Amino acid sequence: MKFIISLILIALLSFAFSLYLPWWSIAIVSFGVPLVIWQKPYLDFIAGFAALFLLWGGLAWYTSSANNHLLAEKIAVLVINKNSPLTLITITALAGALVAGLSALTGSLLRGIIWKKA
Amino acid sequence: MRIVFFCISLLVTALLLFALGTTTWTPLALGNFLSPQHGIWQNAEPAKQSFDATLHFPELKGNTTVYLDERLVPHIVADNDEDAYFIQGYLHAKFRLWQMEFQTYAAAGRISEIVGDVAKDYDRGKRRLGMVYAAENLLKEIEADPVSKAEVDNYTAGVNAYIATLTESRLPVEYKLLGYAPEKWNNLKTALFVKQMTETLAGFENDLPMTKALAYFGDAKLRLLFPQIADALDPVIPKGTVYPEATVHPIPPASKDSLYIQPDTTTVQGKLKEINKPNPANGSNNWAVSGNKTQSGAPILCNDPHLTLSLPSIWYEIQMITPTMNAYGVSFPGAPGVIIGFNDSVAFGFTNSGRDVKDYYSIQFKDETKTQYRFGNDWKSADLRIEEIKIKGKPPIYDTVAYTVFGPVTYDNSFPASEMPGKALAARWKAHDPSNELLLWHYLDRAKNYEDYENALQYFTCPAQNVAFASKSGDIAIWQQGTFPARWNRQGVYAMPGEDSSYMWQTFIPRSENPHVLNPERGFISSANQRPADSAYHYFIPGEYDLYRGIEINRRLAAMSNITPQDMMKLQNDNYNAFAETALPLLLNYITQSSLEGMANQYLDTIKNWSLNNDINLTAPTLFTLWFKNLERQVWDDEFEKAGVDKMRPSQPTLIEALLKDSAFAFADNINTPQTETISDAVNVAFAKTVATADSLASVNKLTWGMYKNTSIYHLLKTKVMPFARTGLMVGGGKHVINATQHDHGPSWRMIVHLTRDTEAYVVYPGGQSGNPGSPYYDNFIDKWAAGEYYKAWIMKKGEEGSDRLVWKMIFKKG
Repeated sequence: MKFIISLILIALLSFAFSLYLPWWSIAIVSFGVPLVIWQKPYLDFIAGFAALFLLWGGLAWYTSSANNHLLAEKIAVLVINKNSPLTLITITALAGALVAGLSALTGSLLRGIIWKKA
Repeated sequence: MRIVFFCISLLVTALLLFALGTTTWTPLALGNFLSPQHGIWQNAEPAKQSFDATLHFPELKGNTTVYLDERLVPHIVADNDEDAYFIQGYLHAKFRLWQMEFQTYAAAGRISEIVGDVAKDYDRGKRRLGMVYAAENLLKEIEADPVSKAEVDNYTAGVNAYIATLTESRLPVEYKLLGYAPEKWNNLKTALFVKQMTETLAGFENDLPMTKALAYFGDAKLRLLFPQIADALDPVIPKGTVYPEATVHPIPPASKDSLYIQPDTTTVQGKLKEINKPNPANGSNNWAVSGNKTQSGAPILCNDPHLTLSLPSIWYEIQMITPTMNAYGVSFPGAPGVIIGFNDSVAFGFTNSGRDVKDYYSIQFKDETKTQYRFGNDWKSADLRIEEIKIKGKPPIYDTVAYTVFGPVTYDNSFPASEMPGKALAARWKAHDPSNELLLWHYLDRAKNYEDYENALQYFTCPAQNVAFASKSGDIAIWQQGTFPARWNRQGVYAMPGEDSSYMWQTFIPRSENPHVLNPERGFISSANQRPADSAYHYFIPGEYDLYRGIEINRRLAAMSNITPQDMMKLQNDNYNAFAETALPLLLNYITQSSLEGMANQYLDTIKNWSLNNDINLTAPTLFTLWFKNLERQVWDDEFEKAGVDKMRPSQPTLIEALLKDSAFAFADNINTPQTETISDAVNVAFAKTVATADSLASVNKLTWGMYKNTSIYHLLKTKVMPFARTGLMVGGGKHVINATQHDHGPSWRMIVHLTRDTEAYVVYPGGQSGNPGSPYYDNFIDKWAAGEYYKAWIMKKGEEGSDRLVWKMIFKKG
């Protein structure tokens, strides 16, 4: 249950923050949520990873589909030399997921230190 | 222990953030680029998006509605002129901002700011040519006239109104890829854009290669190799026209024969290193047929400008309706007005005149400070202009350019024209002189008849163009309009001495004496970059002229009657090669077929049986093109390489006419061999080389004309962004052909205007209205263009706001 809430919270807040702040605000969100909803570090990592994998991957996929993948095809060839919108979407998802997962892990480990000390 | 894990995690996270956030190893921060809410995904426009909008701007004076049709062509219906230009600026920015900005950065020599010091020499060249100086002079005139000032002020305000709405995430793709953001637009940028087009059309000359060639060949030989008038010339103004006596008679300086026409090895020393020149093929076709020759009785005007094909397209289709005008056509993102098109009374089109309006003068500086130069018996003070060239990632460089009475000293010791610095050379270029070309279009867009058109032409000084005209009232006309120096014979062919005033331009040809014709007997006017007049014209008019397209167009129009717009569409797309008609019999005459075997024999038969059409599925056009190119190299390379001139060569028409006239043409000999080669030798060697090339092309399936030519439209960033280009377009035609499509150059707009009471227009251009590679409107016209087809333009009339052709509405309100 905590896991689900944590995941949803990271995803929603990342989306909200990104409306007004630069892209790395997802790191701030992912770092902060475990400080409040604390789980075992590996669970926090997975929550952050999954949240942004779904958020970035989902947004990219939705946007690209509405675009008939016109831009994704071209950018994929340009950046990774492969005419595969899906690969580009996956890379996008992974990028966000890694940042969020590691940030969440860091936050989780910090919380562990503080909480143990308290 | 936990602390250790935490520190490791923190470190790895920080490293990842840094890697994705930095621009040290990629031009764009990857994290930003990939974030769906910030980066490239923001440019993936929904294919079914609606362009409906209601927008408020305090600068507007009234209310305007822009109707967008299904091709995303805007039809602006404004209740005053100023708002129309504001909105044109807004739309240009909305759909083509990056292109406008990039092209004006290029014109201003500021590309290094965006891409780094690989563009340093390019930028220096633009500054030394005086592009910004020219734009400043144009801007002064534009702002001094209330009409043009109102236009640019509103246009600029519209562009900036759009830029103000942009957030970093909504920037066009190219900004994200290159890692920069747009600047505010200003009137100078519009002037820079106009000067960039001016350079494209009026910036070509071969004065320095000719000066170098003069040292080796001498003037007498160069007159033969670069003749002023081709035998087969069919001029723009019909042969037999009687021209009024010249009213101005420039006087050649006393030293012309002893100093100027004499070979001089000191001016240009070593291999030439000129600034990048525009493509000499920048030209076009236009023609108009009078009602006497059409089925409907109404005139038809046609134009297809030939430029380097690019994405986003140089043109943006638009209709502008205000109380003073109702004009439809193509506009230039970067400048206000309708440039090529028509209104409710007349139609107009442009082809390049090819006239030489740039000369070089040698300058003798007093010392390396370049502060003074010799002029007559004095040392005159030069205006030193210090050009700051900013370079991305590095400190700026400073280039000092001396301005003289002639113009900027383009080439000097610090920026030589050749490997070993020769003389300092100042450029006298008509484009530097004050003028106000925007007024031409202001009045042309509103012209109602021939008088209005002729009156509008007075504002058009540079680039000189053949301006075709047709009116609903039945007139057809063409003027070669520009302001041209009145030259004494041979003036400007070579670099001239600039140590005093004796070689300067003395005066300009009066406008009324420019070649022109109104309602000629033959019932049509046309131009295809050929010489404007035959030898009956009294002035010396050197230039870069074409020949065969004009011949073919005139031949076909003369033979046609009961003409329909469909006939004109077929003519614009005609692939007949009139040059091959002349050249092929000569080549076949000299080839010894008996000595050929195998594929060589087959290739020759193919050529023999050729229809002379440059069609995509034929191999003959490729074989012929290669054969003639190889012949040119056989004939010219030996002498011209000895002369130290590596690019300039006599034209193809010149060669074929020389060979036809003289069966013992001396240049056929290869001076590097002991024996004396003949034309026959050159033709046969050329054919042998062609066979070898043809075999290797055939082995990779690239021998047919379509595959060989590989017509492609590159993005402005060229090979850096190949996914944004369209390649492998199967389009026929080529050089010397009415359908003048080459590899990446050709008809950038095709327009047929039938001036019936309710105008009919058939149009197409190889691109799309949107400059966003992520938009379905980026390149949606290309296939139709490649197939030689057209769209019927929707020419909106006031009161037709409810038409179902109009798909979206943008409402612009005051406040």
